[in-house]
Amino acid sequence: MTEVMSLPEAVAELVSDGDSVALEGFTHLIPFAAGHEIIRQRRRELELIRMTPDLLYDQMIGMGVARRLVFSYGGNPGVGGLHRFRDAVEKGWPRAVEIEEHSHAGMANRYAAGAAHMPCAVMRGYVGTDLMARTTVAPVTCPFTGEQLVAVPALRPDVAIVHAQEADRKGNVQLWGIPGVQKEAVLAAQRSLVTVERIVDELELRLGGIVIPEWVITAVAVAPGGSRPSYSLGITNRDNDFYKFWDKMSRDRDQFTAWMDENVLGKEVSAT
Amino acid sequence: MTAATTQVTAGETQTIVAARRLSETKTVFIGVGRPSTAAILARMVHNPELILVYESGTIGAKPFHIPLSIGDGELAETADSIVSVPEMFNYWIGAGRIDVAFLGAAQIDRHANLNSTVIGDYDHPKTRLPGSGGAPEIAACCGEVIVIAPHAKRTFVEKLDFVTTVGHGDGPGSRERLGFRGRGPTAVITDLGVLEPDPHTCELVLTQIHPGVEVEEVRRETGWDLQVADDLVTTDPPTNEELSALRELIDR
Repeated sequence: MTEVMSLPEAVAELVSDGDSVALEGFTHLIPFAAGHEIIRQRRRELELIRMTPDLLYDQMIGMGVARRLVFSYGGNPGVGGLHRFRDAVEKGWPRAVEIEEHSHAGMANRYAAGAAHMPCAVMRGYVGTDLMARTTVAPVTCPFTGEQLVAVPALRPDVAIVHAQEADRKGNVQLWGIPGVQKEAVLAAQRSLVTVERIVDELELRLGGIVIPEWVITAVAVAPGGSRPSYSLGITNRDNDFYKFWDKMSRDRDQFTAWMDENVLGKEVSAT
Repeated sequence: MTAATTQVTAGETQTIVAARRLSETKTVFIGVGRPSTAAILARMVHNPELILVYESGTIGAKPFHIPLSIGDGELAETADSIVSVPEMFNYWIGAGRIDVAFLGAAQIDRHANLNSTVIGDYDHPKTRLPGSGGAPEIAACCGEVIVIAPHAKRTFVEKLDFVTTVGHGDGPGSRERLGFRGRGPTAVITDLGVLEPDPHTCELVLTQIHPGVEVEEVRRETGWDLQVADDLVTTDPPTNEELSALRELIDR
């Protein structure tokens, strides 16, 4: 049985300084509450992995949590750029962040290879681009057809953190709506934490729902509204206005710091 | 029936021209912003059966509102099928199942190669852009690519600062040498006109110009010596139907 812990306990137990940590969620089900808890616990030197860094990693990078970032699209979807990410890469504020970037297809295949415990994934891609010389990708030849392909190394994060709609009392998890790479991230990682909107007596299987069995999950924590300003389909709505607000507010270092002090550092989560 | 062109903004014309390109298309892959608006407009006016595919894994989404992000709840709720990101890139995009892809870029060169990674030097960037996202494999594998970009000299450049996405590479034969299966960029739709690759040189040529725009203006806003097609046509002005549908969509 997977242990149901409070979010502060789960983060304290699973995430250590220097770990490689993947918080996943493709626009939907982004684990904001867990990321904020990592910031509050002052974790440092993390290698942050995520296809779409989004606002959550903008906040974590701006708070000095990350040593390194592995990603494929560092933007505020539909709005523009990420100002804290840019400030770190362009000017080294609050600290320099090393980057390793891929295409979405490359990152998705790296997670899938990690979930399969394969050393790498084989795919078509990258060729002809300047990314080829800037990232971890290597040409390979198909032994059957001779076709020129590329290989990308598997992702095996120390910790994967994802958010889902619900878990049962044993810790079996169900999520539905846009599934992103959450299942792959959990299966690729050494340890995993799933935050959920609610605990139910029994999972009611949903059309298109994905169930992750408790025996591949290290810990479950209840975090109602834990994906806001992203959303949990059927439970909370995406706060599109916040994404636009973030674009304006986060341009300025002092405003950003004040906002984080008030809205993240100053907020304890209840130990449910 | 045509609307009075003086009342139409350049951005509206750009969206309407992009939507027209989808009148015979079966499947279109779209990002957010103008491409998404154009594809929803195409479903309203030209092609109600058009299948919209978003990177978030929503296949056959039928949004009533213009989504802000590629993963808005309405896309999931109206989709025919929702798939994971690895499945989206391997089974659907990589396998070549999508006919047309709309892409944007911060920089584009004369062979329709695209930069969305960095302005300036990679290690010491002047402007760090979001990065590739799905674009490199989308451009390699989809049946054809339509680029939608604002027409300005800083966007249409002689040389890209970074090749994020290959369009027609160095010119004829490039895509074949790289093993790409899609046809690559077939049009670049801007707020001034439409550029299309010359069938022999693969160099982008001005083939269509929007009403009220002068050729000299387009050339001035292009960072290379833009060639103009002998049979340059003027874009048919937006019809009342197109314009009222677009405005109604934006107001929703």
